[in-house]
Amino acid sequence: MSKGIAITGMGIISSIGNTVEENFNALKSVSHGISRIEMLETRHKDEIMVGEIKKSNQDLIEQLGLEPSHCFSRTAMIGAIAAKEALQNADVSDVNDYRTGFISGTSVGGMDTTERHYLGYPETPKYRRFIEAQHAGFTTQSISDYLGINGYVSTISTACSSAANAIMLGARMIRAGQLDRVIVGGTDALSKFTINGFGTLMILSDEECTPFDDNRKGLNLGEAAAYLVLESDEVVEKSSKKILGRVTGWANANDAYHQTASSSNGEGAYLAMKEALKVANISAEDIDYVNAHGTATPNNDLSEGVAMTRIFGEDNMPVFSSTKAFTGHTLAAAGSVEAVYSLLSLRDDLIFPNLNFKTQMKEFSLVPQTELISKGMNTILSNSFGFGGNCSTLIFTK
Amino acid sequence: MSNCYINGIASISAQPTTDPDTFLDEVIHHKESIFRSHDPNYKEFIKPAAMRRMSKSVKMGVTTATMALNNSGIEMPDAIITGTGMGCKQDSEKFLENILHNDEQFLTPTLFIQSTHNTVGGQVALGLGCKAYNVTYVQGAASFEVSIKDAQLMLSESPEKNILVGGIDEVAKNSTLLHKLDGQIKEDDIDVIKLLDSKTSGTVTSEGAIFMVLGAEKTDKTLAKIIDVETRSSATPNEIKTDIEKFVARQGLSIQDIDAVILGNNGDVEHDHYYKSLQSSIFSNTEQLCYKHLTGDYPVASSFGFWLGTRIFDTNKVPSVLKVNDISAKGYNTILLYNQYLGKNHSIALLQRC
Repeated sequence: MSKGIAITGMGIISSIGNTVEENFNALKSVSHGISRIEMLETRHKDEIMVGEIKKSNQDLIEQLGLEPSHCFSRTAMIGAIAAKEALQNADVSDVNDYRTGFISGTSVGGMDTTERHYLGYPETPKYRRFIEAQHAGFTTQSISDYLGINGYVSTISTACSSAANAIMLGARMIRAGQLDRVIVGGTDALSKFTINGFGTLMILSDEECTPFDDNRKGLNLGEAAAYLVLESDEVVEKSSKKILGRVTGWANANDAYHQTASSSNGEGAYLAMKEALKVANISAEDIDYVNAHGTATPNNDLSEGVAMTRIFGEDNMPVFSSTKAFTGHTLAAAGSVEAVYSLLSLRDDLIFPNLNFKTQMKEFSLVPQTELISKGMNTILSNSFGFGGNCSTLIFTK
Repeated sequence: MSNCYINGIASISAQPTTDPDTFLDEVIHHKESIFRSHDPNYKEFIKPAAMRRMSKSVKMGVTTATMALNNSGIEMPDAIITGTGMGCKQDSEKFLENILHNDEQFLTPTLFIQSTHNTVGGQVALGLGCKAYNVTYVQGAASFEVSIKDAQLMLSESPEKNILVGGIDEVAKNSTLLHKLDGQIKEDDIDVIKLLDSKTSGTVTSEGAIFMVLGAEKTDKTLAKIIDVETRSSATPNEIKTDIEKFVARQGLSIQDIDAVILGNNGDVEHDHYYKSLQSSIFSNTEQLCYKHLTGDYPVASSFGFWLGTRIFDTNKVPSVLKVNDISAKGYNTILLYNQYLGKNHSIALLQRC
């Protein structure tokens, strides 16, 4: 098995908690964060269920201590909160004591500010400092400036697999010796843009989502930010740090089937899982648990389920669950949110359940784990797929 | 680190750059602060039925990707990596305006589907049936360079791969105009060819796409070698000077070994001092070339420097319209590129003749 890259810190803010421990407590007490919309102004407030962080932008500004003249979007603010926690958790006091990079995934970046001020820009000069937030890299730049990182900084935008790709790139850069430390993950805030976009695709559920259920009606959108700190073995040894786990496998493949829909044979997902196992140098039987993408859309869960049966065999399926019914689908952040949950699973030997599942899907005999259980685990596989055919798989090891 | 060769390249820009037999022999003098690309006949590359739904970014991206693959002789790449500062801005803008003007009603999915930043990467993969690694970087003015860095890393992991790397950005009617409001674009129209002598802040903007095929093996199609690329989120002019000196030294070279330097001056008096401080110091005895008075500035405009480098190696000449000082190199073997935008997203790259 490959030794992989050390993870020394993690941070998260989501609809089930503002810190890693709050998220852990919610998962452990099986308490989900799906509700009606309260913070965002939208006419669809009472039509859909979402995973919303119950903090106003003003709350976030105060928490971060931003100047009144700041130009942080909500996406940047939740990103800064999670990244800061990850650095504290990794016991990093000076980000520039080693060659430190920052890689962040986001889908719409500062769209929350753009849609709020877009029509007002011509008349209202004081909003114009937010115009730059139109480009997604600006969100990342806001966070990296806040953290004091001014070296290698990049943003990945591969829709819902963005954070998984950020983790993958960070691991590769550490392995190649290009960086000593890198903060990797993703952030996405709820916006009218995504709510209406997914709405037009008719894949938003008006109820709590039901991943892998035969009667699933679609996804709940969510907002979150989550980051991991990856460090080279040399840095870890020098500071005798505690390691939370290792990223040992990663892969990215393209479904090359349709701009938004997944193929019926799950080709992209299959290729990603297969290649990740190869990078980790393990076989499918070594996987103790799969944290599935499981968005609860008819298309994803079928395609992913088929891909999993191709990898593991329908009769040898490891325990699997989707945690989307806790947080909603947090888009670009999903890969890092679920990386944090996978690390918590490894830490406490707990498998977090797939909520709301009742009826097995007709197409195969897969049944997700529906209760919280304790299970000794060494290796977890986590999937993230996105528009554009982007499929990514990560493997985490104790 | 394994070698990284440019084995194919194609460019669409605000100048005629798609004909491989010419090299800026004739240039267009743009007269507005926002101007469009000089388009090839897209019908030669894209089927009409597919073209109807394609935004400008997708058209430019798919076309330059096809041209770059053709001229490299590679049919199926082993990875597709794209960079874009603003992504599919036209469709994003239309979808956003529909939301805002119609109070979130009467929307259709097509614009949303095509609005994601990875649309071009996805469409190129779909067109080729390419199931390999596919990533999109969105890092402002360094979007193209961080894409190359990923490709370079991938070649060191798997030297047998051929990697398609592209940069794409398009003009959108209203979102681009907003950059006049926040000062990124000059308020008044100007004679763009005189951009570099401008006495005002802000720049001019346009659109374009460049795709390259990168490989670790030199082929008979090889145009140049990318020695290295470095990006840095923010820095002072002095830090950049030191970075460039260290960067060049790391390659076992000195500043005197650089035959020409391609700089991203964009006529913004607030930020061109990043370039000017290099022009008057470490590069005062080096041939200096600029291009944004031809192409405008946009997040992946710096990709034009890579195209210029390959054309200079190929033709062994430098069109006089690019020259900004009186020094002429004896020959062109090593070219350094430097670019930044608003003091952020700096990139340094070194190209060598093969």
